Amino acid sequence: MEYIPNIIFAIILILGVGYFARNINKLIRNIKLGQAVDASDNKSERWTNVVRIALGQSKMVKRPVSGFLHVVVYVGFVIINIEVLEIIIDGIFGTHRIGLEILPTSVYGFLIGSFEVLAVSVLITVVIFWLRRNVIKVKRFLSSEMKGWPKSDGNIILYFEVVLMCLFLVMNATDTAFQTMDSGNVISQFIAPWFEGFSLDALHNIERVAWWLHITGILVFLNYLYFSKHLHILLAFPNVYYGSVEPKGKVNNLEAVTNEVKLMMDPDADPYAAPAETAEDEVPAKFGASDVMDLSQVQLLNAYTCTECGRCTSACPASLTGKKLSPRKIMMDTRDRLEEVGKNIDANNGVFKDDGKQLLGDYILNEELWACTTCNACVEECPVSINPLSIILDMRRYLVMEQSAAPMELNNMMTNIENNGAPWPYNQMDRLNWAKEE
Amino acid sequence: MSEQLKVPTMAEFMAEGKQPEILFWVGSAGSYDDRAKKITKAFVKVLHKANVDFAVLGTEESNTGDVAKRAGNEFLFQMQAVMNIEVLNAYEVKRIVTCDPHSFNCIKNEYPSLGGNYDVIHHTQYIQELMEAGRLTIEGNTYKGKRITFHDPCYLGRANKVYDAPRNVLKTTNATLTEMKRHKGTALCCGAGGAQMFKDAEPGNKEINVLRTEDALETNPDIIATGCPYCNTMMTDGIKAKEKEGTVTVLDVAELIANS
Repeated sequence: MEYIPNIIFAIILILGVGYFARNINKLIRNIKLGQAVDASDNKSERWTNVVRIALGQSKMVKRPVSGFLHVVVYVGFVIINIEVLEIIIDGIFGTHRIGLEILPTSVYGFLIGSFEVLAVSVLITVVIFWLRRNVIKVKRFLSSEMKGWPKSDGNIILYFEVVLMCLFLVMNATDTAFQTMDSGNVISQFIAPWFEGFSLDALHNIERVAWWLHITGILVFLNYLYFSKHLHILLAFPNVYYGSVEPKGKVNNLEAVTNEVKLMMDPDADPYAAPAETAEDEVPAKFGASDVMDLSQVQLLNAYTCTECGRCTSACPASLTGKKLSPRKIMMDTRDRLEEVGKNIDANNGVFKDDGKQLLGDYILNEELWACTTCNACVEECPVSINPLSIILDMRRYLVMEQSAAPMELNNMMTNIENNGAPWPYNQMDRLNWAKEE
Repeated sequence: MSEQLKVPTMAEFMAEGKQPEILFWVGSAGSYDDRAKKITKAFVKVLHKANVDFAVLGTEESNTGDVAKRAGNEFLFQMQAVMNIEVLNAYEVKRIVTCDPHSFNCIKNEYPSLGGNYDVIHHTQYIQELMEAGRLTIEGNTYKGKRITFHDPCYLGRANKVYDAPRNVLKTTNATLTEMKRHKGTALCCGAGGAQMFKDAEPGNKEINVLRTEDALETNPDIIATGCPYCNTMMTDGIKAKEKEGTVTVLDVAELIANS
């Protein structure tokens, strides 16, 4: 009977990690619905980006206030999680504070002491974050796409962190042996007096309850990630790795178009030639993107990584001047549609059944796409290398090349380029006239 | 300025069996737009002043296709690109300078995979290079004591991280350089990019160029300097909207140097 807690712990752990793994598999499957991307180039630059941008938070601190606060929570989160290792070992083997048996008391005390200080720092920061969202009402958290679930989601994550940090501190404060040892209880020694007058049994029970709730809470939080905007704590790293290593101004040249253009320009090509045998089975290439499957796997990973911080939108010239476009919404829409497609596949035995919907029109409107100035402000701002602009451009490509649905003035401009090599209706032969004018 | 500018073409160079140091890519705005033509001519003057052996394509130049690409018309872009590359390669062009950051970005980043590999630089970079080589010096004090604020063109700055060259060049005029709150990486677009120049803005509560002009006016400038013909138009319109034509002028870096 004495192994019952160990067994219960193991079951909770397996369930928690198992369900998470199942959802991560689903996430990977959904991302693979996108077009494959070759990112085997520039390995060292990509790793440097991971170290600087993801691990080193170099772009977060461009905005010093939120950047600093984020670093506190980030460092706290990463370091305090070392404690989870001990909890798991204790839980499985029925030990108590295994760290004390491995490490000298002073080292162990130093570690737990740092965790406690970080826990309090995280608590304070999380309260400030909550105030920024709900009381100070920082503008970028109030856009129209942030109403409803995205707003609750942001707060729920903060509540999670408050509860987890409090449980950690209470657990330490009510651990009488740990308090008696008097090493590492930097913060919890001030919480311990709150429980004065409790019997040893009661204290032990509180400590156990806090311990169990803490580890269960962590597992619940882990599983909450997939359903929230908070996946960035994991996906920021691969996302930065796969982020562009080219100048921001460089837009990819569509290969399918290159092939057709080459054919058109080739004087030896026979326009009446019968298509090659294999060509009949081939699905004609679709130019641009109207749904998530047309986007690249990196763009879909971008969508899952977005944590809806809104730095992109707060720097977007279109958003700043009241246009419908919000780069953050582009990312949120992409993810929502991808999730919808994923659920559709789950419900139809692994095959996508046409649901009469698509990303373009049902989520993202033409008006949003045509408001973009391609200025790259959103790309520059994103702390985790997301590129909303590339999605906007791919959808414009679909509008123009598949639907001829560009605004009329742009059609005129393009006709001019076709006819006389300039966006205005001037004669090509007048191109050097400026040199003759005074 | 009654004398006509001497603007040799690549065809003329070829006829003489010579290669110029650099090809000046004028671009569509620089060729046809009245305001932008002044920038083109100012830059030609600078080139002459530094005794640069340059040439233009003239009537053999065509639109880069950049604006079509940004509008989503990849076909038209690639058609334009392939045609231009054919001409450039036939003349064995190695080095290209342009006053248009959109052409600069497009030829530098998007032509290579279609077979066009050139060393492409923006005119502010080239002016800086000429100054560093001692080929171009500023003698006059036309702009001494004037307050100049530089508006970063998106396709020069964020798109290609060229922030210092225009500023270094402006410093030589002995003017006082001021920075807008949003500058370099965080500079606000003028509103013309992504083919917006050729269409009405989508519904909103403000024009982007007005917002950007307000950024500039906060620095209390005499001159707003730019390095892009489209930014120039947008900022000039912004100044008109704010009724500041009397006190603030919008000039390209090339014009400032040509006048110095």
